[in-house]
Amino acid sequence: MDFTLDDEQEALRDAVRGLLGKAYDSSETRREVTKQDPGFGEDTWQRLAEMGVLGLPFAESDGGMGAGPVEVSIVAEEVGRVLAPEPFIETVVLAGGIVAAAGTDEQRADVLGRVAEGSLILAAALKEIGEPVTASQSGDGWTLSGSKEPVLHGERADAFVVSAKTDAGTGLFLVEGDASGLTRTGYRTHDGGRAAHVAFDGTSATPLGDVSADQAGVLETAVASAQVAYCHEAVGAMTVALNTTVEYLKTRKQFGVPLKTFQALTFRAADMYVSMELVRSVASWATLVLTDEPTRALEAASRAKLQVSTSGRHIGQEAIQLHGGIGMTAEYSVGHYTSRLTAIDHWLGGGADHLKRLASSVGDHEVVEPLPE
Amino acid sequence: MRLHLTEEDAAFREEMREFFTTQVPQHIRDTVAARRELSKEQMVESMQVLNAAGLAVPGWPVEWGGKDWTPLQRHIWHEELQLANVPQPLAFNAGMIGPVIAAFGSQEMKERFLPKTANLDIWWSQGFSEPDAGSDLASLRCAAVRDGEEYVVNGQKTWTTLGQYGDWIFTLVRTNPEAEKKQAGISMLLIDMTDPGVTVRPIELIDGSVEVNEVFFEDVRVPAENLVGEENKGWTYAKFLLGNERVGVAPVGATKRMLAQAKEHADLDDVLVASRIAELENELMALELTALRVVAHSADGKPHPASSVLKLKGSELQQEVTELIVDLAGPMSLASGAGDGSDVPDWARVATPGYLNFRKASIYGGSNEVQRQIIAGTILGL
Repeated sequence: MDFTLDDEQEALRDAVRGLLGKAYDSSETRREVTKQDPGFGEDTWQRLAEMGVLGLPFAESDGGMGAGPVEVSIVAEEVGRVLAPEPFIETVVLAGGIVAAAGTDEQRADVLGRVAEGSLILAAALKEIGEPVTASQSGDGWTLSGSKEPVLHGERADAFVVSAKTDAGTGLFLVEGDASGLTRTGYRTHDGGRAAHVAFDGTSATPLGDVSADQAGVLETAVASAQVAYCHEAVGAMTVALNTTVEYLKTRKQFGVPLKTFQALTFRAADMYVSMELVRSVASWATLVLTDEPTRALEAASRAKLQVSTSGRHIGQEAIQLHGGIGMTAEYSVGHYTSRLTAIDHWLGGGADHLKRLASSVGDHEVVEPLPE
Repeated sequence: MRLHLTEEDAAFREEMREFFTTQVPQHIRDTVAARRELSKEQMVESMQVLNAAGLAVPGWPVEWGGKDWTPLQRHIWHEELQLANVPQPLAFNAGMIGPVIAAFGSQEMKERFLPKTANLDIWWSQGFSEPDAGSDLASLRCAAVRDGEEYVVNGQKTWTTLGQYGDWIFTLVRTNPEAEKKQAGISMLLIDMTDPGVTVRPIELIDGSVEVNEVFFEDVRVPAENLVGEENKGWTYAKFLLGNERVGVAPVGATKRMLAQAKEHADLDDVLVASRIAELENELMALELTALRVVAHSADGKPHPASSVLKLKGSELQQEVTELIVDLAGPMSLASGAGDGSDVPDWARVATPGYLNFRKASIYGGSNEVQRQIIAGTILGL
């Protein structure tokens, strides 16, 4: 039981912090980048590739670095600190994670190799608003029909990882960006990101791995890893939102005195700190579970996501309120953190979804033991 | 970073679990499990069983019966003890005055008091709060005036928990009323509660229990050798003691156990109930993990400033679980006075007294408002 980073992990954190801190030296820089399509810095993406970050969790034989969830969590937290808009979790952890879990040797080496070198933006198309996307076999190949939305970075994506209904249950497919019968309609999301409606109309698709089996379990596990990574992105964002608020209370003067003179405000900052400590603990734990006790991965992801929902709402809302009017403006940073936290909260299962999952299993255990027996 | 306990720590946990569940008398653990009041004899017996095995005061220096454990091992000890429904070693002895005497007392004072304190041969009481000095503890007025080789003590203390059992009381007294800062005129005295002039008067609480007391001192003559450390340094010792107290008041294991019992009486198919329990379990786990992170960073036995987080959140969760139990009991929760001839189960009878009693948790040990002040000031620099 040990929550501390080793020297190599600290070096990784410092390197990523250096890179992203330079790319997003202010909230204004980020705003400029997110105003232009594709909504992130292609050059920053390349620099992340050169640093090895885009292949971090992939096996070395697949062109990756062979690192684990802890390293992923370190990067995600740095992404969250500056709200870097690059699709690290979307492309590497989620879509890449699905390919790593379901793909054949050749698919992994090809797809993940290109992700790692920064030449392939991969988007996961998993959510539907209406009817599920269905897969049908035609001759030697497969085609997909239906639509997915929201697909994060679906407009820019070079290829898609798509979940679809098969006779066996859930199948996982790879769709090239230039496939015929593929239509994407992109738009901005409230947090400066990009998403799209992606329609498939008899679009040819390559099965990822063994599509004759139900791949729902594989998908769930890969999603759990991404959920935990998002939790760390949220922790990074909450850290900065809290720090920014504390600084503001020290420097902003009203009634001739700094705001920190008022206990009604400092007590609320203290409560934000409590929320911060709790969420940091659970997120770190969930990452360790992915590494050391993978049978509990889904449970851990739900626990972390629930805490992120609770703490993120608390910290995000209070960060704006304690700033007052300035917190409402797009020119100032803190509201963007709240916006991003709100997006994370509702992506890959919101707090209520995860609470529902946990509530349905409260009878299965006497007490919750975070440490393995 | 690593989730698993080392083999050594896992074996340690097994050893603790084995001891607590087999060596501490069942009748004592049953009383704790049923949330009934422990008698003095049960408290003493339990602590003596622990002390005989060297498990009563692990936080003390090794030469006085402490253990050279890692912070994680101490945490495991504490958790396993609570999970096994073993009463915690009397806080006034094990967590408060013992460490103070060990750190600041003379050699003579250590020899005289520490072994008996560890074995609960002396039952200590705490004489800190006064009617006009609660959260503002440093404004205390109970006075000690030096007269030859003695101090003469006059004044009043209050909220003295279990003072009715007390043999001795460690007391903060004002020895220099002229001090420029009120904190600088305070000393700590050890007072024999059988001395002439000491009177203990019980205070009945809202749950009907008699847990706390007022203690009056009228011309009580205390030998000067009973001064802890130096005169007018009492505030330093008190802060040391309160810091230790805070770490101990995040009773994660006990709250987990209480919630597990609540589940036995809950209709888990009721989604509102199930989701409330699931939320509490998650927050408790978050607290436990935070406690693990905090203990890992406590250096030199000094409490991490984040221990205020543990006190704050720990007491809130403790209270929320007691509140849940009252809700589960519903109308049965009114039957706190039921005796023979009632169909109301025991757990429902004690539900409301337990809920009312635990309102204290966010008040004692530095109220939660004081903890927020510490977090804002010490940690956030506000």
